[in-house]
Amino acid sequence: MSGIIRTQGAQVGFNDLKLPGMWSRKIGKDLYEIFIGPQHPGSGHMRIVIRIDGDVIVEADPDMGYVHRTMEKLSEVRTWIKGIPLFERMAIHDACNVTLPYVRAVEKLMDIEAPERAKYLRVLLCEINRIAAFLYGFGIFGVFLGHSTMYMWPFGDREVWVELAEWLTGARLTHSYPVFGGVRRDVPAGFTDALRKAIRYMRKRLEDYRKIFVDNPVIRARLEDVGVIPKNLAIELGITGPNLRASGVKYDVRLNHPYEVYDQLDFEIPVFQEGDAYARVWQRVEEIKQSLNILEQVADWLDKHPRTPILHDKFWKTAPPLYKKIFEETGRAKLGAVYAIMKVPAGKAYERAETARGEISYYVESNGGNKPYRIRIHSASARNALVYKYIVPGHRVMDLPAIYGSIDYFPPEADR
Amino acid sequence: MGPEELVERIKSLLGDFAKDIKIWKNDYIEVEVDKENIEEVAKRMKEFGFDHVKDLTVVDYMKEGFFRIIYNLGSYDNFELSYYIVGIAYNIPRDKPVTKTLYYIYTSADFQEREAYEAFGITFEGHPDLRPVLLSPPVAELKPLRKDFVVKEDPEIITKKK
Repeated sequence: MSGIIRTQGAQVGFNDLKLPGMWSRKIGKDLYEIFIGPQHPGSGHMRIVIRIDGDVIVEADPDMGYVHRTMEKLSEVRTWIKGIPLFERMAIHDACNVTLPYVRAVEKLMDIEAPERAKYLRVLLCEINRIAAFLYGFGIFGVFLGHSTMYMWPFGDREVWVELAEWLTGARLTHSYPVFGGVRRDVPAGFTDALRKAIRYMRKRLEDYRKIFVDNPVIRARLEDVGVIPKNLAIELGITGPNLRASGVKYDVRLNHPYEVYDQLDFEIPVFQEGDAYARVWQRVEEIKQSLNILEQVADWLDKHPRTPILHDKFWKTAPPLYKKIFEETGRAKLGAVYAIMKVPAGKAYERAETARGEISYYVESNGGNKPYRIRIHSASARNALVYKYIVPGHRVMDLPAIYGSIDYFPPEADR
Repeated sequence: MGPEELVERIKSLLGDFAKDIKIWKNDYIEVEVDKENIEEVAKRMKEFGFDHVKDLTVVDYMKEGFFRIIYNLGSYDNFELSYYIVGIAYNIPRDKPVTKTLYYIYTSADFQEREAYEAFGITFEGHPDLRPVLLSPPVAELKPLRKDFVVKEDPEIITKKK
């Protein structure tokens, strides 16, 4: 096969045509193989190898791993606490959600539980992250569909939530906020007022999104009845998150295996029956509304309750008086040296959480040492990657970006 | 349904196939089975209501000389069961890492068996498309998640003292 781009008209052979970013070859009568990606308008790198007959896809093979960072192996050679900043690199804009089950699994092994206030603070950041991640997904979806307004607006509005997270934790994206036994910081003064303002703003903006994007006839034509995942197939493939619920399965880890204080909060799990790309868009809009409801309740709770310790006694009792003074003045809990030398009792724990893209699960095994023996992570995007292999065939090539965007696939999370 | 009740139901479902059942931290149930019976066990578990593979975990016990393969099963459709994760675990010798695929029973295990193949070098007999999924073939040759693959890193202060 020649690697030269042949440009002269008579010599252009479709057998080995080379286009920038796209490589195709003829593999049979009327059957072409096209490599899409790894550079494409989406977030992160991921390639899909498709075989087309005309412009109908007959076979699709997702080729993942371009942002694989061997997190499972790296975690085995680092102390327990270093796992937190490592794992949140899976989905930096969803950092609290993806690290929380790891923290909780280790807490389970140590038989400790975070104080109630820390649990509310974790839920607070989880929901802020969830909204920001949904908006990020909307923006990428807008790019895929060539809808530049839907790229600009959610990315601009996401800034509201990123700033709130920065105010709360000190970092825009990689917060490392939940730590074993609690969280790092309490809410600063005036935070809940700003949060309520952001909630009001977001509700107004969701209405704007509906007008310009969700109810847009062009968008509807691109998305309706495209990429339909029937309920039984969604279950069989183990699809997760909003994609699963848009196919009519009422499953959300916050409901089925409640963690932190989700069982004390009042929220609904929206479910759509259609299972197409359009239902998945509505699903995310509805989920943002529910997250806003949760945030309102958390803000009320935080307003009513005075500041109490946000770290478990096992860790907080070893803190020197200076640390306690800093906490009383600023609400910041400095982490003691005990975290660097901590050992976790031998055993196994399995913990999961609902991230913006779906369920993430951690299998954590300890042999009693200062490092994990084995951590197995299976993330939401890794589960959803099966959609490309089993759902995409039968669609036209133009439907591929619509399906990719509607799944809200995030390669760094899938590759780990 | 408490974990003990679920264990009783799994015991009556699997009979002699379940060699040992352990409850970890109230919501994770580990069922030890034999390699030969894994397909039959998976079929029964699927009929029971565990409709997908939540994740496929392989743990390398290098000193003991075996791999432990754990299919962690979850349920989407059954609210009661969805609270629990049931791990179907069995051991295979480290020097002959070959086992049967569960692809035809659980489609959700497709990419995960490929992951176990590339990271541990375990062959799942009967899998229709057993190729590396995340790693490139030269890296997959190294079997990076095995314990004898050593990550070169600066030694930490804590490990030095030890």
